[in-house]
Amino acid sequence: MIPTDVIQATAETLMDKAAIEIPDDYLEGLKGAAAVEDGDLSSFVLQAMLDNYQAAKEDRRAMCGDTGCPRWYVKLANEAAIEGGPVALEAALRRATARATNGVPLRPNRVHPLWRTDHDNNVGINAPEIEVAFEPDGDWIDLITVHKGGLFGTDYRMLFPSDGIEGIKRFYLDSLVAFGKRGLSCQPAIIGIGLGGSKDTCMVLGKRAACLRTVGDRNPDPGIAKLEEEFKELGNSIGMGAMGFVGKSMVIDCHIEVGFCHTGGMQMSVHAFCLSSRRACARIHGDGTVEYRTDPQWFTPYQRRETVEWPATQPSRKFA
Amino acid sequence: MASNATFKKVRLKTEPSAEDLGQLELGDVVYLDGTVYTAREGVYRRVVEEGHGLPIDLPQLSGANFHCSPAAAIEPDGTFNMGAVTATASFRFSKWIGQWLEKSGAKLILGKGGMSSDDYRKHFVPHGAIYLTTVGYGTGALLGRGVKNVRSVHWRQELGLAQAMWVIEVENFGPFIVESDLQGNSLFERENAKIAKGLDKVYEGTRPAVLKRYGETDDRSDEVI
Repeated sequence: MIPTDVIQATAETLMDKAAIEIPDDYLEGLKGAAAVEDGDLSSFVLQAMLDNYQAAKEDRRAMCGDTGCPRWYVKLANEAAIEGGPVALEAALRRATARATNGVPLRPNRVHPLWRTDHDNNVGINAPEIEVAFEPDGDWIDLITVHKGGLFGTDYRMLFPSDGIEGIKRFYLDSLVAFGKRGLSCQPAIIGIGLGGSKDTCMVLGKRAACLRTVGDRNPDPGIAKLEEEFKELGNSIGMGAMGFVGKSMVIDCHIEVGFCHTGGMQMSVHAFCLSSRRACARIHGDGTVEYRTDPQWFTPYQRRETVEWPATQPSRKFA
Repeated sequence: MASNATFKKVRLKTEPSAEDLGQLELGDVVYLDGTVYTAREGVYRRVVEEGHGLPIDLPQLSGANFHCSPAAAIEPDGTFNMGAVTATASFRFSKWIGQWLEKSGAKLILGKGGMSSDDYRKHFVPHGAIYLTTVGYGTGALLGRGVKNVRSVHWRQELGLAQAMWVIEVENFGPFIVESDLQGNSLFERENAKIAKGLDKVYEGTRPAVLKRYGETDDRSDEVI
């Protein structure tokens, strides 16, 4: 039985880590970009960001003053048992969000969309988002917090099969260029692309592709992995760098996730996870021990399953 | 990596003279000393649309308006805990900026992403004001280091922590980059014009969506904002 107080304490630590410590994979990716960037202004910006990561860790203060919208991804292993059940889990995560907002401190961004009511703690109606998924085998729960920017860099479009890869590329470039101007998407970023599903799942998949996969990770479908490489290169060939200045650092990595969609459609979403890619993860085991990490390990074979039964009783589609 | 040595670094007071500002060039790197206050849509709406008086003496106290909400908390004993500070995108405040410059006498607008050169020429130039952009975005921790003290917070109840007016004393507060000059030129627009020239080539091999949307631009040199 996993105690609620362990969940809350772990969640508060995760809020702190996400806000302050740049994940290693993103840091290495940005150093790589800084090493090849030859635009003067863009280079200056990347060096300032590297200095900023250092300052945040030294001072234990948030990397970015805009906290974005803190959210939670929770994965429950099949045999996990939580003291108080899922309602207690949600309450612990809401409490941790509120306490860390005032404790770190973070910026209380969340307000009512119409009345602008502000609880000053990033908690309110449908906030923070808490998304739950399951995993076979085990008695652990994974807690992942992501503080993704809340305003720019994301778009959705209903495409159709006749749009083809050329249409996908067009919308990808449109999104990068439109939000890249003046650096609104806080690039270079990890770009997540959702393809297919329905409108809402397309958005969810693209956001998870940006926020829950690490730099260097590739989709297991070789055809999609090739597109990820190609899109990364395409984004970095726009001629635009950090803050929209002349340069070549737009995309630290590109991740694509897919979902089966209507036979007549090809939904597409694009998401940018910014220069302060804030994510932190922990696994709480059934015995209450906690392990911290920065790789969400979200997209397991189970999450990408395409068969009726699990374990699969029929062979998967052959990869293109 | 290109050398940073080409950038002129300037220490500037938050109530700069016209001469100070006249010496700045697009792309110069600026660090500020003095007093800065935050004001964005909440404060603008209150002052410009609802006609409330300014809660502090401007521009005597400060000539530097930061488009920012800090990551900060007010402790139960009334003291402030300010962590990181990062700007928010300024183009959204275009409709208030002219009257705000008039009422506040601000000479420096600090923010993210700049505003359009139309705004600079129409509103900034007549008031002798320029725009400094934060870097990144955002170097919240570096800027946080430059905050020496929170002097006061105004309209905290009326607007909430994020939209309240925070008055902060700063030293070597930066980096910022000069985005507009006294003539109303924009660094971002200069860069965008350079990038736009190469875009047709990047778009080769793509095709427009089969289902169009109303109201979109297809002009890739468009500033979008």
